[in-house]
Amino acid sequence: MIVLAMPVLLPLMTIIFLLLNFRQRAWQPWIGLTGALLQLALSVLLAVHVNRNGIMVLHTGGWEAPVGITLVIDGFSSVMLVLTSIIAVSISIYSIDAVDRQRQSFFYFPMVHGLLMGVNGAFITGDIFNLYVWFEVMLMSSFVLITLGGEKKQLTGAVKYVTLNLVSSMFFLAGIGLLYGKTGTLNMADLALRFSGSESNILINTSAVLFFVAFSIKAAVFPFFFWLPASYHTPPIAVTALFAGLLTKVGIYSMIRFYTLFFVQNQLFWHPLFLWIGGFTMVIGVLTAASQYDIRKILSFHIISQIGYMIMGLGIYTVAGIAGAIFYMAHNIIAKTNTFLVAGLINRATGSYDLKSIGGLYKMRPWLAILFIIPAFGLAGIPPLSGFFGKLILISAGFSAGEYVISFIALAVGLFTLFSMVKIWNEAFWKPAPGERNKTDRLPVSMIIPVVMLGLLTLLMGLAVKPMLEIAENAAASLLDPASYIRAVLGTAHINP
Amino acid sequence: METLLAIVIGILYAAGVYLLLRRSIVKLILGILFFSHATNLLILVAGGLVRALPQFAGDASLTVNSTDPLPQALILTAIVIGFGITAFALALMYRFYKSTGTEDLDELTEGEHK
Repeated sequence: MIVLAMPVLLPLMTIIFLLLNFRQRAWQPWIGLTGALLQLALSVLLAVHVNRNGIMVLHTGGWEAPVGITLVIDGFSSVMLVLTSIIAVSISIYSIDAVDRQRQSFFYFPMVHGLLMGVNGAFITGDIFNLYVWFEVMLMSSFVLITLGGEKKQLTGAVKYVTLNLVSSMFFLAGIGLLYGKTGTLNMADLALRFSGSESNILINTSAVLFFVAFSIKAAVFPFFFWLPASYHTPPIAVTALFAGLLTKVGIYSMIRFYTLFFVQNQLFWHPLFLWIGGFTMVIGVLTAASQYDIRKILSFHIISQIGYMIMGLGIYTVAGIAGAIFYMAHNIIAKTNTFLVAGLINRATGSYDLKSIGGLYKMRPWLAILFIIPAFGLAGIPPLSGFFGKLILISAGFSAGEYVISFIALAVGLFTLFSMVKIWNEAFWKPAPGERNKTDRLPVSMIIPVVMLGLLTLLMGLAVKPMLEIAENAAASLLDPASYIRAVLGTAHINP
Repeated sequence: METLLAIVIGILYAAGVYLLLRRSIVKLILGILFFSHATNLLILVAGGLVRALPQFAGDASLTVNSTDPLPQALILTAIVIGFGITAFALALMYRFYKSTGTEDLDELTEGEHK
């Protein structure tokens, strides 16, 4: 079953090919794109296989589960793999013209694939220390991507980004060390098995809190989000779009994985905490976004706000809630990346990201307005786009679980999101252009293709909501039934010791 | 021994936090280093400090009384990753100093609004 390791090996091979041909700058985007397309094909195949035959497990190096590193792909992982590769393809196409030649010849594409390798690895691993290693792979690539080019603005953003992410890694590592000291195992399924017996183990809570802080920093959750708006607007827009789509979601993925698989004790403490933090994250993110005038900053604050919805789904902790979180995450990865890509197009068309100094785009380029409307109103939750259904599922799950406060907050935040999107619309598209237009060059086709592609996906997710929701519900049901995961990894012999 | 190491780890974490809060970027990087060393020691202590035989030493039947090699493997991995990160952070610091002409992090706020 070596195919299970392919989501990691494929980006690695792409990197090797890219590095071997690093003198041929013209080849770089095409090698990168080929790698991304292969990854898309692979992840779709894996997802179909997992959907049909259940959880896939690979014991690397032939070491059986609790001893060696295990790679596991279940419903949730496979959904995330498909989304990652969709983003990979879009960014690869977009970067051909959006990223300047200087950066392209200085290892831009190898780093993108390094990041993808880390993200994919984090999604398929079944071992907590291995997860840490993939986090670091992802972080190192993202460090290089955020600083590549070495503009002053980038370096100042990078200092904050690097520092806070390293602190988060240290929290994560400390949590792993303490957990290993107490349980003597690093395998997620084995941990789940050991914890399922003990009702409330006070010793576990230290690690649980350390992991929570670590993932919260990665996911930019309410008290820990400051690094994100300070750094995300500094690199080239293709890099920002890639980060916005994937990096925070890896934190959320790990959180959902950990708190449904083995930190399932003390639910009376954790679930209200998730709901509170989710609520604060939503409200603070959306309110701070309202005061910004840089498109990239508005969108960065919205990343934070939308992370809140996913935490809310985890806090509701029913099949519908988790399914809502997964569906919302899928919608958000696609729509969020797309809004950033459109922001890049706006910048190409007008020469600025600042809403005050641009305008009149609707008159100039009506089709660009349509391309913006789809992901932006998707994020705001206008039917029939995907965001409407994501919010609908989450809020109705909240009401049926009796969590009225958070559900009302989620509804109100939706309105404010609409306000921000309408603000961009009014300022960039509707109002007459202030002063002279200085740029009239045509937008490159390679920057439009991914925007159209992701826009169609947003529409498709809204129109074909039922099959999508079924996939999310299957993934959520298997997350809330850790026994199936344990059985798949450890075999039946371990269930009844 | 555990108590002593626990105190050392505590001091290292405290020093790390203090350095992270300083304005100089050099001290910031030193703070990150202290953090990672404290964490490495934490793993070592949490994995259990016992005076026992090394793993796989001599007779294979003696595995009962041997130490757990895994925490050390984890630390080794963490050290290697930490090494890479330190190298990157130092390069970043150098470029930061080159392009801004300062090592004071409080001066960053000016560039923010552009």
